Amino acid sequence: MTAENKHGMAISNLAELLAYALAIELDAHERYMMLADQMEQHNNSELCGLFLKLASHEEHHAQEIRDRAGDIELPHLKLSKLKWPGTDSPEAAELDEAHYMMTSWHALQMALKAEQRAFEFFEGIVANVDDEELKRWAEEFRDEEAEHVEMVEQLLERYPKPSGSWSEDPDPPNLQG
Amino acid sequence: MNVQAEIPYKASAYKSDLKPVWCPGCGDYHVLLSMSKALAELQRKPEEVAVVSGIGCSSRMPAYLNCYGFHGVHGRALPLATGLKVARPDLTVLVAGGDGDGFSIGGNHFLHACRRNIDLTYIVMDNRVYGMTKGQPSPTTEPDWDSALSPGGTGLSPFHPLVIALASGANFVARAFSGEVNRTAEILVEAIEHPGFSFVQILSPCVTFRPEQRNWKDMIHPAPVGETDDPGRAARRIMTDDNFNIGILYRGTRRPYDTKSNQNPKALDQLDTGFAI
Amino acid sequence: MAEPKKTYDTLSVAITGSGGAGAMTTGGLLLDTAAKAGWYGLQTRSVGPQIRGGEAAALLRFSTQPVEIHGTFFDLLVALDWLNFKSFAAEIRLTPQSIVIRDPASGDLPEAVVASGAKIVDLPIKALAAETEGGRINMVALGIAAGILGLSQEIMAALIDERLGSKGEKAVSASLACTMTGYKSVEAPGIKMPLTPSSRTGDKHWIITGNEAVGLGAVRGGIKFAAAYPITPATEILEWLSSVFSDIGGTLVQAEDELASINMIIGASYGGVPALTATSGPGFALMTESIGLATAAEVPIVVVDVMRGGPSTGIPTKSEQSDLNIAVYGLHGDAPHVVVAPISIADCLFTAQWAVHLAEAMQVPAVVLSDQFLGQARAVVDRPDNLAFFAKRQTVTKSAKDYNRYALTANGVSPMALPGMEDCQYTADGLEHSPRGSPSTRAEDHLSQLDKRQKKLDDFDFGQHWADIDGEGDVAILTWGSSTSTVVEAAKMVRAEGIDVRTIAVRLLAPCQPEQMAEALEGVDKLLVVEQSHSGQFLKYLKAHYDLPTKVATLHRAGPLAIDASEIYAEIKKGLGA
Repeated sequence: MTAENKHGMAISNLAELLAYALAIELDAHERYMMLADQMEQHNNSELCGLFLKLASHEEHHAQEIRDRAGDIELPHLKLSKLKWPGTDSPEAAELDEAHYMMTSWHALQMALKAEQRAFEFFEGIVANVDDEELKRWAEEFRDEEAEHVEMVEQLLERYPKPSGSWSEDPDPPNLQG
Repeated sequence: MNVQAEIPYKASAYKSDLKPVWCPGCGDYHVLLSMSKALAELQRKPEEVAVVSGIGCSSRMPAYLNCYGFHGVHGRALPLATGLKVARPDLTVLVAGGDGDGFSIGGNHFLHACRRNIDLTYIVMDNRVYGMTKGQPSPTTEPDWDSALSPGGTGLSPFHPLVIALASGANFVARAFSGEVNRTAEILVEAIEHPGFSFVQILSPCVTFRPEQRNWKDMIHPAPVGETDDPGRAARRIMTDDNFNIGILYRGTRRPYDTKSNQNPKALDQLDTGFAI
Repeated sequence: MAEPKKTYDTLSVAITGSGGAGAMTTGGLLLDTAAKAGWYGLQTRSVGPQIRGGEAAALLRFSTQPVEIHGTFFDLLVALDWLNFKSFAAEIRLTPQSIVIRDPASGDLPEAVVASGAKIVDLPIKALAAETEGGRINMVALGIAAGILGLSQEIMAALIDERLGSKGEKAVSASLACTMTGYKSVEAPGIKMPLTPSSRTGDKHWIITGNEAVGLGAVRGGIKFAAAYPITPATEILEWLSSVFSDIGGTLVQAEDELASINMIIGASYGGVPALTATSGPGFALMTESIGLATAAEVPIVVVDVMRGGPSTGIPTKSEQSDLNIAVYGLHGDAPHVVVAPISIADCLFTAQWAVHLAEAMQVPAVVLSDQFLGQARAVVDRPDNLAFFAKRQTVTKSAKDYNRYALTANGVSPMALPGMEDCQYTADGLEHSPRGSPSTRAEDHLSQLDKRQKKLDDFDFGQHWADIDGEGDVAILTWGSSTSTVVEAAKMVRAEGIDVRTIAVRLLAPCQPEQMAEALEGVDKLLVVEQSHSGQFLKYLKAHYDLPTKVATLHRAGPLAIDASEIYAEIKKGLGA
């Protein structure tokens, strides 16, 4: 009954799969919220707004998963069970890609990579799972992530890649301590 | 509506309302996540955890956690934490800071904290630079790193914190990478649970003054040899350490510092007999 | 030559010797014997720089009244040998009325002794000791001194048994025999300097050093944690605390340096446990940064500075009063804190206990300025009363969301949450902060927090303990610390001639008490300021903070020689035009 994706994550039943799916969305939401706070603290209000929007999408996805789970009790996942394929939660934006002067193009690139990783995560489960019910659920999640990838790609069309000098700050860093 | 297994303290319960002022891209954001996940894994009550720090970017950590905190002076987090833990052994005491705070001005206290083996967990966010003061070499900086204070590089051999910790008697020695949020959290859980002085060096890139550290995520790798409880074996393993071995190096069995005080104290007037003629 | 029937209300005795002779042991036993028999007394010591085998002088004074300083001259000197005696010559002043017991086998008399005109009495101390197997010269000297003073043999014998019992029966009996030999040896030459019989009995007395008294005052005040880094002359405080903590439920951690010890006590106190450390000038200098941290973060601590000769390494084994500046002014920024200073050995207990109370009540560092003289002198004092001062920190009693650790309150003191209290988590900070405790660079936060920390001290009622004031008249002597006992003695001399003089010994150095000082100085038009400082730190401090009478004279000198009461007496007479 257990499914292991190609990187060794073991999923034994539907409740666990749902728990992982929910965790992924919650992690994603948390990171976008952190990024929104960072942008607010660094006076990049355009990006603050964008990250808040991305965060609210993730919150929405999380709620969808809770709704679809119905009465199934989702187990609490301990750290030992959260060995993601990569270094971090698949859909979580990579915080070290952030920059205080980043543009919407950069943010959407981050989001695109995040959704792609999420897609690959569920693709991996689909590829390795035997149980039919689990496979179906995983396929649904995978397909949804594919839609999210498309959505982000469409958003990206609105934003041209910024010129090479986007991160040039005429002011030097502040001495703080 | 689904039912999710409830735990009293989610990771978010350990984060305070204060928004960090670290540069976007700073590794310390990940460390904040790892610390809160570790505390959530252990389900420690937030009010029974204290985070003590010195001065520097990473020393700002206590205010961003929903625990008791002390933001002390430069280099003196370990003695602050020592006094607190000895006086209040009931608390979980974590110490946080950077490589400058911990290995330069704090160097002496680092040696003696390892030696004393008090039940503390010392988390050093190592970015090989003094960030808060705009980019000077620290004791872990590479000898050829150019800076205004040391043009052309210091030419000095960098400290190897794990070696020093092991040699000084720390009971738990590990290295983590900030980008691996959950893996770091796991190591922190082990460190906090292990009795005695636990030292975790977390490689945490500085996006502003060491942007080249972006490549650290490609350079880290699990240690080729697993952890050991034998200091000699740990010492030999560390001889081949390329500074990017991730994992627990040493988990020892030294007895932690005894913090117990007399549970049946005598009345103070018993002291008078020492002076009466 | 002492007249046979005369008795001494006060008598000063010096025992000198070197190279393992044991002069200090003799001095100690002599003091203890006298104390048990009901006399007050004082013992200090003067030693060479060697760890062992150096020259040593036990300096004692006995009296029917409490006594805390030496007399100007010594009445009796028992010299076990003359090696390096010149290093004490300035301290052991003799007169033609003094008696010097010397062993003729110990060589020529030092010049200073000859020049004094003191009466030399030859007693073959070495030979007398040799009469007993395992006999020691210092025990013979003990008997000699006890015999001259007329101390009870029974009491002395009982003490020897008690104190030397651990060395074995043979050692005890040898010591007793030597003491008896010495005691008998002064019958024949008829040298007697008998102490006036005391009406008191020893059971009302304690023997204590200032350092022990500080330790005891601290634990009575509620100290339960100490961090220790050894430094002369403060180490005894820490070792005493270490020895009693296991019994009374405290803990002591030995630190790697003073930078660690000061931070350890801040950490312990932040956790809710009243904490103390003790050091001397050089260590205090290291601690100043973190004392500022405790001030800014409002964490109560007690730091004892047992002052010694400065600056820098200075004279570690000698007393001085030159750390007033660093104690009061040594923190960077505007960092109001408490500085108190005991005015006598007995007062070390009160002042330390009071300091704990003050620190805890106001959530502020309290510095206790003691000195080497007070700290290491052994004095016979009246058994101290139990005092009402105890650590009483205002803490949060029930959890409150939106807790503001540094809330602006009426008297400046804001309740402190202790780790473990739910919902009150806060981060203590050396950075300037808002009432919530969040770091702040805003002018209004800086002003309101500075005001708060000042207000805590301004609004506190220190009561009458800020100073000890005695006497009347338009002539006053202002002093502090160990100089007080000398001033008190000089005042007695002056009043004995029918001249009124006021003495004001300041115990609270910071914060200043302008109203109280004005009241104390009302009607005074001639003021003498006395202190043991080369630059006159106390005088300058007084001029900076207080209104002084127009005629101010000063008697200030660095250590190592103590200011003598006769010098103060002479200054007073001079000032009065006499």
